[in-house]
Amino acid sequence: MDLNYTAEEQKFRDELRSWLESHVPKDWTGRKAAGHSMEEHFAYLRAWQKQVYDGGWAGVSWPQEYGGRGATLMEQVVFTEEMARVSAPPLANVLGLALIGPTIIAHGAAAQKERFLAKILSADEIWCQGFSEPNAGSDLAALRTEARRDGDHFMVNGQKVWTSYGWAADWCELVVRTDPAAPKHKGLTVLLVDMHSPGVEVRPLRQMTGESEFNEVFFHDVRVPAENVLGAVNDGWNVAIGTLMHERATLGAGLHIVYRRQFQRLVDIARSIDRNGSPASHDPVLRQKLAQVYAEIEIMRLNQMRSLSRISQGGAPGPEGSIQKLFWSELNQRFQQVAQEVLGPFAQLDKGSEFAFDDGQWAYSYLRARGNTIEAGTSEIQRNIIGHFVLGLPRSY
Amino acid sequence: MQFGLTETQRLLKNSAREFFATECPMAEVRRLMEIDGAYDASLWQKLAENGWTGIIFDEHDGGMGLGLVEMAVAAEEMGRALLPGPYFSTVFLAGALLNSLPQARGRLRAICEGRERATVALLEESARWDAEGVRTEAANGRVTGRKLFVPDASTAESLLCIARSGGDLAIGLVAGCRSSRNTAPFGRGSEALAEPRPEGAVLTLAMPAIDRTRQLYCVDFDRAEVEVLATGDEAQRALERALDIATVALAAEMVGGMQRVTEIAVEYCKTRKQFGKPIGQFQAVQHQCADMLLLTESSRSAAYYAAWALQEGAPDARTAVSVAKAYASDAYREAGNRGIQVHGGMGFTWENDLHLYYRRAKASEIAFGDAAFHRERIARMVIDG
Repeated sequence: MDLNYTAEEQKFRDELRSWLESHVPKDWTGRKAAGHSMEEHFAYLRAWQKQVYDGGWAGVSWPQEYGGRGATLMEQVVFTEEMARVSAPPLANVLGLALIGPTIIAHGAAAQKERFLAKILSADEIWCQGFSEPNAGSDLAALRTEARRDGDHFMVNGQKVWTSYGWAADWCELVVRTDPAAPKHKGLTVLLVDMHSPGVEVRPLRQMTGESEFNEVFFHDVRVPAENVLGAVNDGWNVAIGTLMHERATLGAGLHIVYRRQFQRLVDIARSIDRNGSPASHDPVLRQKLAQVYAEIEIMRLNQMRSLSRISQGGAPGPEGSIQKLFWSELNQRFQQVAQEVLGPFAQLDKGSEFAFDDGQWAYSYLRARGNTIEAGTSEIQRNIIGHFVLGLPRSY
Repeated sequence: MQFGLTETQRLLKNSAREFFATECPMAEVRRLMEIDGAYDASLWQKLAENGWTGIIFDEHDGGMGLGLVEMAVAAEEMGRALLPGPYFSTVFLAGALLNSLPQARGRLRAICEGRERATVALLEESARWDAEGVRTEAANGRVTGRKLFVPDASTAESLLCIARSGGDLAIGLVAGCRSSRNTAPFGRGSEALAEPRPEGAVLTLAMPAIDRTRQLYCVDFDRAEVEVLATGDEAQRALERALDIATVALAAEMVGGMQRVTEIAVEYCKTRKQFGKPIGQFQAVQHQCADMLLLTESSRSAAYYAAWALQEGAPDARTAVSVAKAYASDAYREAGNRGIQVHGGMGFTWENDLHLYYRRAKASEIAFGDAAFHRERIARMVIDG
């Protein structure tokens, strides 16, 4: 056990820091580039990713032959940490970078790697995931979007839902049913689908925060070349599970830094805001709650370090990623509730209210956190995965 | 950066597991918990012969010279085995305190070689885990005062007594206690304390408590002979260091206990059938097990990080110690709750081992400050700065 960074890791961090110092855009205010529409905001993030790519920092742990840096997983972690530390804007093509790229690296044919990977890194092509359907949420393998073989093409018909970045995407990692007669896990295939194909229709879905991060996507007789099958036909479940494990293992990387920074801000507010005639930071009940949040954010960081150490020694992420997902999502909900208690009546104030702290960020974060235990697999599904795949208990469904 | 055990640490873990499974199986735990002090001389001899009593002390002082991560590895396995008796207070508490005082390290050899057991007497009627609550007075080579919740005092030859000396904090050594000690019979506590005693006598009175595997005592010093080992800032620093080490060792021990409780529960859920199915197939039960694993693994991350941070002298080491203890204090109790719950009526029986862990969880939660105590310590460090 050695938690000191190696000389190479330190060197990597120093180089990255100096690059970030001169490149992080000065007009970035945190959540959004002020005053922009969703489309303008996304174009801004896309331009930023392009800059990161040109600087040689996109896809830190991807092989060099596909445009990555060929560095270690730990250096990838350092990258995520440093980006969060300087509050850099996120990279636009987040699903391509974190989930779909690694899946193509693991399962893709040489021509697919050649065709897709570099454009994921440069944000020239934005990706989304076509997984959930109206009747296939937690029970993903029950999905019904079908692909029928038609010569050297597949003909796709069906509907996907909760598709993040669907409106911005050029490509989609789409899970479809290719063998309706086979048991539900055995008849699935993953297709790489051009979102600009005729017959693809994207509709916005408004979330309870008021934003439209995700979409419904409809497929009417969409023709997909057979060469765009990722992995083998009817082996789509294995490919999709690989993506989901990446999602659980990596989605939380760097989040602890975001939470820690939010926590520091909350402590500053607690010192300045009144509670019964004294600063809120003197209130013994709030002190207990704040300390508990601090401890849990710290443990989230440490769990992440352990899990990444394991992956960096043993290859692909495993079902233990579900522990991570469960921990950060439930922690954030507790954290946001404590923040509400610290802020008192000011907590509820929305963006645009001149009395709000941080332009209504705390009311927004409180609502946004509600989705955390649902997105990327509900807490119930994560507990099923831990129960069955980690602890070896009999499958419950 | 690598957050995982090295090959050597893994070997240590395996040999510890094997040793405690052989030398201290549950039947032995149950036998010892019915004995005063939960102490067995032949088990102690084996602990010493295998180096466990000297694990964190310099080879120069007769120890194995291992670090605090290795300490956590060993403690985890001891917690899994519910190792009874005075090992923890002798090595991880009193030993750590002697080791923090350069002039007292010579005394470690007797501990390493298994010739002596020791403990630390800190708490008084105020039941405070910091030195602020200490009123016991040491002056002119004599110490007077009443200490409570002293672990394993009945088997300790040496008592390290935290006292005041002319207003300063002092660490006093009261040696040869076992021979001059007077153990009051059960139920005669207040009478025994009131009875006249020969001058200089140390009265040790059992405080029967929830965890029988590790027993607590009231120790009453009345002008007992004491050798003051350190005073003032030096005493304060040594005490803080020893308490940090003992707290981390305890947190690691708790991880081992949680791990075992989780394993017992998962095993039961695979075999016990109701409605024609293993109960582990029901999500209401399965999810309890998933939560137990989450609590255990999270406690493990925190405990090992704290051990590493203390060993390396990292700037956040003291916060890390409190994070580990605050989290494990709630987590071990909660793992115990769920482990017993999924066992149904069987979990509530004397014959099932779970209550032994449940009792240890409560005693461990309290020892060296509960979750609220450590959260306040965190608040002082991260809110007050």
